[in-house]
Amino acid sequence: MTEFRTIAAARDALRKGDVSATELAEEYIARVEGADALNAFVHKTPEIAREQAAAADARLKAGDAPSLCGIPLGIKDLFCTKGVPSQAASKILTDFRPEYESTVTTKLFADGAVMLGKLNMDEFAMGSSNETSTYGDAVNPWRRGNDETKLTPGGSSGGSASAVSADLCLGATGTDTGGSIRQPAAFTGITGLKPTYGRVSRFGIIAFASSLDQAGPMARDVRDCAIMLSAMAGHDAKDSTSADLAVPDFEAMLDGDIKGKVIGIPREYRMDGMPEEIEALWAEGRKMMEAAGATLRDISLPHTKYALPTYYVIAPAEASSNLARYDGVRFGRRAQLAQGDGITEMYEKTRAEGFGDEVQRRVMIGTYVLSAGFYDAYYNRARKVRTLIKRDFEQAFADGVDAILTPATPSAAFGLGEMAEADPVQMYLNDVFTVTVNLAGLPGIAVPTGQSAQGLPLGLQLIGKPWEEGELLNAAYALEREAGFVEKPAKWW
Amino acid sequence: MLDLTYESPKPKLISGATGEWELVIGMEVHAQVSTKAKLFSGASTQFGAEPNSNVSFIDAGMPGMLPVINEGCVAQAVRTGLGLKAAINLHSAFDRKNYFYPDLPQGYQISQLYHPIVGEGEVLVELGDGKARLVRIERIHLEQDAGKSIHDMDPSLSFVDLNRTGVALMEIISRPDIRGPEEAAAYVLKLRQIMRYLGTCDGNMQNGNLRADVNVSVCRPGDYERYMESQDFSHLGTRCEIKNMNSMRFIQQAIEYEARRQIALLEDGKSVTQETRLFDAEKGETRSMRSKEEAHDYRYFPDPDLLPLEIEQAWVDDIEASLPELPDAKKARFIADYGLSDYDASVLTAEHESAAYFEEVAAASDGKLAANWVLNELFGRLKRDGDKAITESPMTPAQLGGIIGLIVKGDISGKIAKDLFEIVYTEGGDPSVIVEERGMRQVTDTGAIEAAVDEVIAANPAQVEKARANPKLAGWFVGQVMKATGGKANPKAVNEIVSAKLGL
Repeated sequence: MTEFRTIAAARDALRKGDVSATELAEEYIARVEGADALNAFVHKTPEIAREQAAAADARLKAGDAPSLCGIPLGIKDLFCTKGVPSQAASKILTDFRPEYESTVTTKLFADGAVMLGKLNMDEFAMGSSNETSTYGDAVNPWRRGNDETKLTPGGSSGGSASAVSADLCLGATGTDTGGSIRQPAAFTGITGLKPTYGRVSRFGIIAFASSLDQAGPMARDVRDCAIMLSAMAGHDAKDSTSADLAVPDFEAMLDGDIKGKVIGIPREYRMDGMPEEIEALWAEGRKMMEAAGATLRDISLPHTKYALPTYYVIAPAEASSNLARYDGVRFGRRAQLAQGDGITEMYEKTRAEGFGDEVQRRVMIGTYVLSAGFYDAYYNRARKVRTLIKRDFEQAFADGVDAILTPATPSAAFGLGEMAEADPVQMYLNDVFTVTVNLAGLPGIAVPTGQSAQGLPLGLQLIGKPWEEGELLNAAYALEREAGFVEKPAKWW
Repeated sequence: MLDLTYESPKPKLISGATGEWELVIGMEVHAQVSTKAKLFSGASTQFGAEPNSNVSFIDAGMPGMLPVINEGCVAQAVRTGLGLKAAINLHSAFDRKNYFYPDLPQGYQISQLYHPIVGEGEVLVELGDGKARLVRIERIHLEQDAGKSIHDMDPSLSFVDLNRTGVALMEIISRPDIRGPEEAAAYVLKLRQIMRYLGTCDGNMQNGNLRADVNVSVCRPGDYERYMESQDFSHLGTRCEIKNMNSMRFIQQAIEYEARRQIALLEDGKSVTQETRLFDAEKGETRSMRSKEEAHDYRYFPDPDLLPLEIEQAWVDDIEASLPELPDAKKARFIADYGLSDYDASVLTAEHESAAYFEEVAAASDGKLAANWVLNELFGRLKRDGDKAITESPMTPAQLGGIIGLIVKGDISGKIAKDLFEIVYTEGGDPSVIVEERGMRQVTDTGAIEAAVDEVIAANPAQVEKARANPKLAGWFVGQVMKATGGKANPKAVNEIVSAKLGL
């Protein structure tokens, strides 16, 4: 079968009849079968894929085929999929099969997408390396040259990134609370978009931090992200925070023309101790944007340095409350109780056994910052700082900046287990360039633009104005064309 | 509206060993919003359904589920606020109150701590004898009800029914303006009455759709006035909160007990500890549930799943324009327009259905007579008829109005009217037709009455002598004539003719 690099290419071939959805599905089912070493797919759904592919073929034949009709996708385990295990990679949701479908997957399936299975992730999306998953680590298909050390695909959408990067699917859903789409995308040489908060419905997505969580596409390139976003986005009456705005055809907005656009370069993103190659990557990126016709402007986002601590107050606070429902009473895994154990023991044992260390840490931090006497000092102050961070961006955009260019991550992918002994804060530093975007509710996209000295992919981030994903994607498209990043990992799995 | 003037009653005094004590009471009334669907889900609120049958995925706290506000519940809260003459907050917001319990599936209750939908209002609580207490309302907020835990079905297991989970409640919080157990009960009754008028809460206490937490403290005479002047709570005693009572009787018993318990402590040189207490209805006493130190830390924070609730003044105005006449106004009008006594007006306006029934009857006849017939005959008859509600009355207001109309016209006597009432109540039909068909019309034809009187006089010469000697005995003749005419003779006419014929 012809190799399809992108969703767009596969779509065109499907529409022309060069390949059938069923053939495509079989090819990708086989790829998924052969890639257990990556541990990207944690629940395979070949039967569902075959059924959906057959239905897609019928639609293709009838000439009623949206862009995603017949396209094999992977779905992050955080999305509830009816009748299919949806565990947020947590032991506490062992055997949980929802009787409902998330709005995002409902929309994707309505457009004819084919689900290959559920993708690995950090437990409850808490992590930056996919090492907190109850299914074990997802593995990055990229390696440091000939070094066989297993690397992290990033997190929390590590399985999504690994699967797309290794061509196990043409696109995947991700979710991004502090960088969980963009950091893994950058670590695996793919493109990942976090839309404006409220652009994509959160209904049926297992909540981590409700005011920050946003689903988005992870795919090979900017065009594919545009195609997927048009399918995923839209107002949903079932999510009160979803915006009642029309969804444009984002793909149609891609012309790569960014002449005269002003790209802001925030000085606060030049961190102390930032690796030379990240600095160089960023400098290259600036040149690329200029080459594409944009004007660069140095800007200041003065509250950036407070973003990480602010995030690590707000996100755990919301998580501590969102995760209270995992109590062993109604669904998921209940701990074995001893004679005489009461409700308190049931809660304690169920949650102690069911949640991993990182989740427990964040639940405890969140409980602490919301408790009487600490609320104002932590949570309320964090909310105020969040407003200031948002205002920084608003000011920049009001001053005429069209998009902001930053590194996506402070380093290339690191080795699995390398951070095991590190202070958790070291891991949290992975989010340093990405959390501001979540706190401000803005759209952000990671685009692969270069490689590290060891041959690992590196990405840059573009941050756009709220609700202007079309503009943002177009700027990213210009960057992508200038960067010309086409490298893929050599297959070893 | 017409204002009635009332005098503030004296607070309840309790004499202790060291002097007199006064009660200070504030209440938190939880009123279930009358709506078809729950506050944040589409599940039904129907009472008495099979356990766990009115439960959506949202109510069950399933992963990934999100709350969506039910506009109808918001409208009901606004309506209630307007009915309590309260400020409506166009901007309000929902917060999460976090705690673990099996009947709270989300692990938090969605409530409105920081920005309630309704602000300050007031309720006039009438206490009879021209006395009434004006109780200030601090706020009303919307919140979710919890489910029901059942611990007595199995020796080792507890069961949970989530039907009530997520049903909308209004928590109506008063200022500490209530000064005695009877006032507390009257306050709850008044709230219930107003909400039933508004159609915002069914107020069925047995079904738990009206429950009250009571804050009780005691102070010395004069302290309360100092508090009212300064709004400084330090003038008042330490309060205890008695949770979750769903009967007027229990509310009064609990307050009475609690006040005496606190007085005993204080007179013993001890102090009252601020705490939450439960009322044990069997023992008639309150006991400690948890102290202030053991109080839950609910970790309130704004619910990030819900946007702040913004409503438009025009929408509030529309709701205001649709408000019915409320009890105070209706009662004042009944007194003014129909000449009713305060008591009769109170009873007739207790439920808006009775008031509406009465007004229909009055429109078809006469106000005062209508009040008497509704209050005495109809209410009594309904009570004997399996304690039926006025809405279940087999007799329509038009029928009762018809009966009274016949009395007013002089077509039937009061006595016949009672017979007619029973016939219409049990058999139905048009009263005037029944009167014609069954020959119940009162005889006002003086010729016929004269003939009957003549007959009785002729047949009873001995009685005639006695009556002439003692005119009070004329009544015997009247009775005989009424009997002879089957009660249809106009009693007034009979009286006059008997007197004339006997030469009295």
